[in-house]
Amino acid sequence: MNVILGAFAQGLLWAVMAIGVYITYRILDIADLTAEGCFTLGAGITCKLITSGCDPFVSTLAALIGGLLAGLVTGLLHTKLKIPALLAGILTMTGLWSVNLRIMGRSNIAILRETSLITMLMEGGLSKNMAAIVSGAALTVVVIAFLWWFFNTELGYSLRATGNNINMIKAQGVNTDTSIILGVMLGNGLIALSSSLVSQFNGFADISMGMGTIVIGLASVIIGEVVFGRRSILNSLIAVALGSVLYRIIIAIVLRLGMNSNDMKLISSILLVIALCLPAAREQVSKVLKNSLRKGGSTNA
Amino acid sequence: MLKLNNVHQKFEIGTVNEKHVLCGIDLHINEGDFVTIIGSNGAGKSTMLNAITGTNMITEGTIIIDGNDVTKEPEYKRAKYIGRVFQDPRMGTASDMSIEENLAIAYRRGKPRTLKWGISHKEREEYKNLLAELDLGLDTRLKDKTRFLSGGQRQALTLLMASFHHPKLLLLDEHTAALDPKTAARVLELTVKLVEENKLTAMMVTHNMRDALRIGNRLIMLHKGRIILDISGEEKKKLNVPDLLEMFKKASGEEMNNDRMQLS
Ligand SMILES: Nc1ncnc2c1ncn2[C@@H]1O[C@H](COP(=O)(O)OP(=O)(O)O)[C@@H](O)[C@H]1O
Ligand SMILES: [Mg+2]
Repeated sequence: MNVILGAFAQGLLWAVMAIGVYITYRILDIADLTAEGCFTLGAGITCKLITSGCDPFVSTLAALIGGLLAGLVTGLLHTKLKIPALLAGILTMTGLWSVNLRIMGRSNIAILRETSLITMLMEGGLSKNMAAIVSGAALTVVVIAFLWWFFNTELGYSLRATGNNINMIKAQGVNTDTSIILGVMLGNGLIALSSSLVSQFNGFADISMGMGTIVIGLASVIIGEVVFGRRSILNSLIAVALGSVLYRIIIAIVLRLGMNSNDMKLISSILLVIALCLPAAREQVSKVLKNSLRKGGSTNA
Repeated sequence: MLKLNNVHQKFEIGTVNEKHVLCGIDLHINEGDFVTIIGSNGAGKSTMLNAITGTNMITEGTIIIDGNDVTKEPEYKRAKYIGRVFQDPRMGTASDMSIEENLAIAYRRGKPRTLKWGISHKEREEYKNLLAELDLGLDTRLKDKTRFLSGGQRQALTLLMASFHHPKLLLLDEHTAALDPKTAARVLELTVKLVEENKLTAMMVTHNMRDALRIGNRLIMLHKGRIILDISGEEKKKLNVPDLLEMFKKASGEEMNNDRMQLS
């Protein structure tokens, strides 16, 4: 039972990350590897600020801003310099490794004895897992509500159409460069926000903690949509959040079956491969990959 | 309304594949003109429309829409003047978005997109009425994604979207070519109705010679990136298909070659 509770807590902490991946992968139709560097970035900023005596709320918000900026870089590389989205993401991710080390000052920062959002909730009498569940669930609900509103505004419509049919939305007078930049920023902002919370739960930030982010994110998106549907934006957002929880539960079960935690990355890759083999996912993936390899903006009818 | 001055379009400049697709197009279109465009495969018909919309930036020449020089303007900035229907029915709408969402996007063509709600109740009622007029059963399916529509339904919807707010120019690129004959006739009928009722200035590429002669007040023939024939008014009304083929042969020195071209 405790294992399931722990998995549930992890799933909710990571749900917002999965939603961030959903925005670039599903809404914008590109595979964005910025996620990997961005995840460390969010955790690094938060832990660095917390150890410097900064308020946990401010430290968390700073992670969001860092993520938005990382997304801005990838978005600009892709749209203005016409670098294919996949490569643009790789460039930012690689550059972020050094940026993250600069921010953190070393490769690992522990905040075990500092005040974080999680310790604040624990002081209120919650267990660590419950603190994670409460903070993760609260953040996820706020993010889903915000995105549901945003994707139903005029601007949100144009973002969705940009990923869906770029020629059509250009012909309707939308500057698709702006839409893409905005979407990539939003996605990465959320990824950094999620990792900020994860680092406060774990009590540390580590330079390599972002490795595998995109695999976990994609697995959550695909598992969520296959199991919980994708009839509307709201349906998809909730499905992806639940997909993140389901993913953690599957991982917990596999670990119980005798695999150890060093096998985690292998397990998550295998899990994604299995998810990708589902017929519903296969066609979508090849489409997104093709789109991500295309030069930015060079979409001629 | 529209002026193309000495428009040249080359592709893949400086490579062995360099193509000179438009070779000095001069074209003046007056307000209210309904121009049909015919020509062989690869003559440059779609490329000419893509030059007007800014989908491709031209290599030489100028393009003026309604007195504004748009030659250097990107596609999204020219969109406020232009309504467009593509040959492929999938091109005209965002297929993962609903009918009403697509309509709402087109309703705001050329306007800045804000954080206001994407569609209002009032609009929804208006769309319902417009769709009911189409008589294709779409007025009860506002929330359906357009991926579930037939080709004909999508083209009709795209036409409706393209004609919102009386665009300065309506561009139609073989927009009935992918449809079965009955549906094609229906969509064409709708096209003529929309253009006439709204007094639009329109250019329609077609593979059907008879339609090209029957519809509109002016006919243009394109060949190897040049306009080789430009007939309007009474002269156009008197023409028949054999006349047109003969004129093509005389002007180009070749037989008309278009595998989709319907001669009758
Ligand atoms: N973006 C492009 N890049 C390279 N070549 C192109 C491009 N667009 C059109 N062409 C070429 O221009 C020629 C004319 O094409 P098009 O205008 O589509 O002919 P059509 O008259 O049949 O519509 C063709 O040879 C086509 O391959
Ligand atoms: Mg064509």
